[in-house]
Amino acid sequence: MKNTLKTAFIKSVPILFSYVFLGMGYGILMEEAGLQWYYCLLIGLVVYTGAFQFVLTELLVSGASLLTIGVTALFMNSRQLFYSLSFVKDFNKMGKAKPYMIHSLTDETYAVNNMLSFPEEEKRRIMFPLAIMCQCYWCAGGVLGCLIGKLIPFSTEGIDFCMTALFVTILTEQWEKARNHVPAIAGIGVSLICLFIFGTDFFLLPSLLIVSAILIVHNSREGGGK
Amino acid sequence: MMTGYILSAILISAVVTFAMRGLVFVFFDEDKEPPLWLERLGNVLPAAIMGVLVVYCLRSIRDDFTGTGLPGIIAAVVTGLLYKWKHNTFLSIILGTAVYMLLIRL
Repeated sequence: MKNTLKTAFIKSVPILFSYVFLGMGYGILMEEAGLQWYYCLLIGLVVYTGAFQFVLTELLVSGASLLTIGVTALFMNSRQLFYSLSFVKDFNKMGKAKPYMIHSLTDETYAVNNMLSFPEEEKRRIMFPLAIMCQCYWCAGGVLGCLIGKLIPFSTEGIDFCMTALFVTILTEQWEKARNHVPAIAGIGVSLICLFIFGTDFFLLPSLLIVSAILIVHNSREGGGK
Repeated sequence: MMTGYILSAILISAVVTFAMRGLVFVFFDEDKEPPLWLERLGNVLPAAIMGVLVVYCLRSIRDDFTGTGLPGIIAAVVTGLLYKWKHNTFLSIILGTAVYMLLIRL
């Protein structure tokens, strides 16, 4: 048990950095919008999705309708649907932890869970405490940012790049481990093309749909597998 | 801002987000496993999604290339090369972010 927690913690450290920094950025944004720290905490606990939380703050400030908020959440978080696909088997075998595992599936936990190279059972034992730790980092960052963000003596502009950097390290690691580079190349290539066709606000969903279609065809030719 | 409005917005966001994350599990559970093509897709998606996410993070290359786009690309390349060289996640993230923060101030 103690070893499991230790492994989970070690695996969570990259997320610790990016979540505390990003969470603080979020907290500062919330404070500037006139929203108190307990809202940061509540949203971090029940919504728990990085990018959309930033957008939600802007929507709240502009007094957007609940319908707009719901539809934006639907589109921005539709990528989670694709994440679940990789963990159907694992989560279904996790019993009581399953609802929490579904709730705590974010870009970052998805990425780190994919990097866990342990035997199946052990991997699942690590995933649950790892997920709890990550959400704690995120909530702590948000509350901290809301309460003390104003006290930071230098401009933190650009610190949100740590999320990009985390994804780049994971992409690099996956690239080195993979024999088949078609998925990574398809992901980068298709999303770049979609970015220029659909624009920054709308390209994520079409990118994911097209990449999935390409990979389904590719798998049926290759016979699947990693 | 009205407390009722904020709380309703949070509730709607939470429900929609959880629904997106959980939808797949409505169709497949312990008794009904996903079909092979979907399982295979789940196996190769991580690498593809990471590529999509990196592009998503660097999306300002389209509308703000010189301001944040190019610094983002340079910092991402630095992060990737540093990781390839040292295989140290923290070092790559911290130095990559520092390079980015420096470049956007130049």
